[in-house]
Amino acid sequence: MTSKLRLTIAAALMAAFSTVALAQSFSALRGSTPLNEETTPPPLTPEMNTSVREPRSYPEQPPVIPHSIEGYEVSRRANKCLSCHARTRIQESQAPMISVTHFFDRDGQTLASVSPRRYFCTECHVPQHNVRPPVENDFVDIDTLLKVKGPDSGARR
Amino acid sequence: MGRKRIDRREFLKMEAAAMAATVGGMPAPVAAQNLVTDRSVTALKWSKAPCRFCGTGCGVMVATKDGRVVATHGDTKAEVNRGLNCVKGYFLSKIMYGEDRLTRPLLRKKNGKYDKSGEFSEVSWDEAFDVMAEQFKRALARRGPSGVGMFGSGQWTIWEGYAANKLFKAGFRSNNIDPNARHCMASAVMGFMRTFGMDEPMGCYDDFEAADAFVLWGSNMAEMHPILWTRLTDRRLSAPHVRVAVLSTFEHRSFDLADISIVFTPQSDLALLNAIANHIITTNRVNKDFVNKHTLFKRGQTNIGYGLRPEHELEKRATGRAKAGDATDITFEDYAKFVSEYTFENASRISGVPVNQIRELAELYADPKTKVMSLWTMGFNQHTRGVWCNNLIYNIHLLTGKIAEPGNSPFSLTGQPSACGTAREVGTFSHRLPADMLVANKSHRDKAEHIWKLPEGTISPQPGYHAVLQNRMLRDGKLNAYWVQVNNNIQAGANTNEEGYPGYRNPENFIVVSEAYPTVTAQAADLVLPTAMWVEKEGSYGNAERRTHFWHQLVNAPGEARSDLWQVMEFSKRFKIEEVWPADLIAKKPEYKGKTLFDVLYRNGQVDKFPVSEMAPDFDNQESKAFGFYVQKGLFEEYAEFGRGHGHDLAPFDTYHEVRGLRWPVVNGKETLWRYREGLDPYVRAGKGVDFYGFPDGKARIFALPYEAAAESPDATYPYWLVTGRVLEHWHSGSMTRRVPELYRAFPEAVCFIHPDDAAKLGMRRGDAVKVESRRGHIISRLETRGRDRMPRGVVFVPWFDESQLINKVTLDATDPISLQTDFKKCAVRLGRA
Repeated sequence: MTSKLRLTIAAALMAAFSTVALAQSFSALRGSTPLNEETTPPPLTPEMNTSVREPRSYPEQPPVIPHSIEGYEVSRRANKCLSCHARTRIQESQAPMISVTHFFDRDGQTLASVSPRRYFCTECHVPQHNVRPPVENDFVDIDTLLKVKGPDSGARR
Repeated sequence: MGRKRIDRREFLKMEAAAMAATVGGMPAPVAAQNLVTDRSVTALKWSKAPCRFCGTGCGVMVATKDGRVVATHGDTKAEVNRGLNCVKGYFLSKIMYGEDRLTRPLLRKKNGKYDKSGEFSEVSWDEAFDVMAEQFKRALARRGPSGVGMFGSGQWTIWEGYAANKLFKAGFRSNNIDPNARHCMASAVMGFMRTFGMDEPMGCYDDFEAADAFVLWGSNMAEMHPILWTRLTDRRLSAPHVRVAVLSTFEHRSFDLADISIVFTPQSDLALLNAIANHIITTNRVNKDFVNKHTLFKRGQTNIGYGLRPEHELEKRATGRAKAGDATDITFEDYAKFVSEYTFENASRISGVPVNQIRELAELYADPKTKVMSLWTMGFNQHTRGVWCNNLIYNIHLLTGKIAEPGNSPFSLTGQPSACGTAREVGTFSHRLPADMLVANKSHRDKAEHIWKLPEGTISPQPGYHAVLQNRMLRDGKLNAYWVQVNNNIQAGANTNEEGYPGYRNPENFIVVSEAYPTVTAQAADLVLPTAMWVEKEGSYGNAERRTHFWHQLVNAPGEARSDLWQVMEFSKRFKIEEVWPADLIAKKPEYKGKTLFDVLYRNGQVDKFPVSEMAPDFDNQESKAFGFYVQKGLFEEYAEFGRGHGHDLAPFDTYHEVRGLRWPVVNGKETLWRYREGLDPYVRAGKGVDFYGFPDGKARIFALPYEAAAESPDATYPYWLVTGRVLEHWHSGSMTRRVPELYRAFPEAVCFIHPDDAAKLGMRRGDAVKVESRRGHIISRLETRGRDRMPRGVVFVPWFDESQLINKVTLDATDPISLQTDFKKCAVRLGRA
């Protein structure tokens, strides 16, 4: 079947078929575009590129990367991130050293070097684009929770 | 009920006031100390749970304080991940706290009444279920059981899937229930069933530490299974002899570790697989003893079509369509002759891969000293010949005997946390029952009816509408009352422009969507039910290595949100047995007269067997409180009866709350790491050595299956291949991860990855708005010539996580005719300036 013929059939099918169209979307993630329409997305935004550290939501959160990593090679051959964040490089770079956890193997033993299981940094650490997320998040971190409650109201309710 | 909702901004205001007070010289109480040390205040309650996202099944520890999740981290005691999480897993703490959580049922109304063209209004659960029951009864009256259907999920907990399966297959007597795992695992399932007669991998994740070589066939583990990737990376970099081969239709992050990097023309993996088999045979490396003892040879039906609508031209030409799954017996010699046409040169011509690369890859398998783990996900499964791909990779492992022992492991990865545990093991597919049983098999139906205490003939022998067929039947107005739980199919289903969206908005149909957030699928519905998620309920998942794991309810859901389980069971109370079963069926069980489906299905003396007093005292459990018995335990124990003694043995319910999961079959308290191998699997018959007991003859099947072309390939009008998929930072449709600010900012919007020369040919540059258009629809995206994916010429990749770029308006709903799974990896598009 030619594509033209197929299009004609599709058009005929569509015409024979009625749908109840929807008013605009109510999700901020999609924006106001109705589901059966399409819109032009915003322009690409650059990765943030500062040395200012972002707060962590809890101690175990891997810190996000405040600088751009465009063009960084992290492969079997080389790991560009470690050229600043390795233990032996931080005096020169003044970058934060990778966490001590990164020296532990699968059994929790400390190795002489970074554990290969932590080798690909971007599995956990991600750069941030300069955008405002359309949906806010109501997560409350523990310090805020404790501060607002105050130490005297700490007893479990 | 409902958790005490704490508004983040309110918090910030209060915090500001506290700071101002301090600055103003007011004596701040003990808070003046900048470190709180009182243990009664700082103690957190830590509990275990599996991660909410992919099929890897990492263990996480979840900290709660005052009814809120305040932190999560990788569980050091979890065997799967030993303390690690990927970036998504580390942000689990935030997935429940998007500010737009749905907290009340929403019904489309006009003038105070349900109206499909109305606007959403908040209603009570009573009103929601009243309208919903009326609509389901209307559909049942009009068309019988085929008029109602459900689209569920590999993210259902085990008991949610089980309860829903019962409601539809037993209660409504409709097999029109299917999980979204149909989009992701169906080809793997049918591959297993055809080759081994039994679903799910024989090996487990311990293979990662034992293999000498890894081959990724259409799997980007570095982004989609990050923690398994850390285990693979650990092995590769710790043991320098280990080799990694990565095959894909474009270069992605997994190529960063590859020793052998292979980019092939879409669909040509079939030829490469056969070429490897041919190489093993022609170089005399077949493990003859293994092959003679443990395998049989089959020739599969060919020219089986593409699962499109029957009137499609391609289907009319498909002579083998009606018997797609058939196969005939052949000999080893027949098979050897069949694959002999797949020389390296021929495979190279079809795939575009240089001969020396194919040889290097084939040698990993052929060399008897190299233990090989093959890994695959959607590249194989989302393929119009996906079942064949699965069969063909098993061929290679069977020919060499490299199977069912540590390090020698063909391993099918899964994309959802309970695709195995719920979709497959519970049998929520439209053709299945629990423990690999089929609705079409009389003895299987008998067994299910016996366990479920149903009269003979309750379960229909006809397979129901599968995922893609459900959308077509909605569109054709034949499926009129439809319930969607734990998935986002308007975003996830292929060809949403021609099938999904018009199906949902067809005036003949009533669409119910249970959701935590206002997804595009929720927006396309007529009734939206606010739903509890993850640790807001007691749950259970089964991961890709047969590991069943549990968690407790740790916090309450917001507002009136309720779990899928509560919804299914509560809704069943709205149906008297006389409204859903014919009189002659009820006559076989007169004691069911006048009862509700809730009574028959869940108050059956089994599901309601365990009192609430058996619940763990430190945890809440909304469903059990609501129904007055330990719901999860009763459902699980009834379900476990299907598999115990039949190779699917599960441990007692309470055990799973104590351990970090167990891999079934669990026999005499012991989990099974490798199946089919004597000494490792208690089901292997003594003296057999290896026993593929899924088939009575104990033998696995090796299939002769050819290369056949894709359903739609690029041509002059639509010159590019479109591949869709995921990215590391977002899970599936992004409904959870795009509500986490750090993950949103890491990958804000979808882009169209393209080769720079192709962009130049279009006269366009990185960042330009591009119209991606197929014969079915279009989206507008932004061109990306850099970044993590390096495209070959003629192929573009668009991830599907972004609901403002619904790429599934563009994709084709062609499926594998055996598994009925959609091929989301191949269709033809044209590109132009938007």
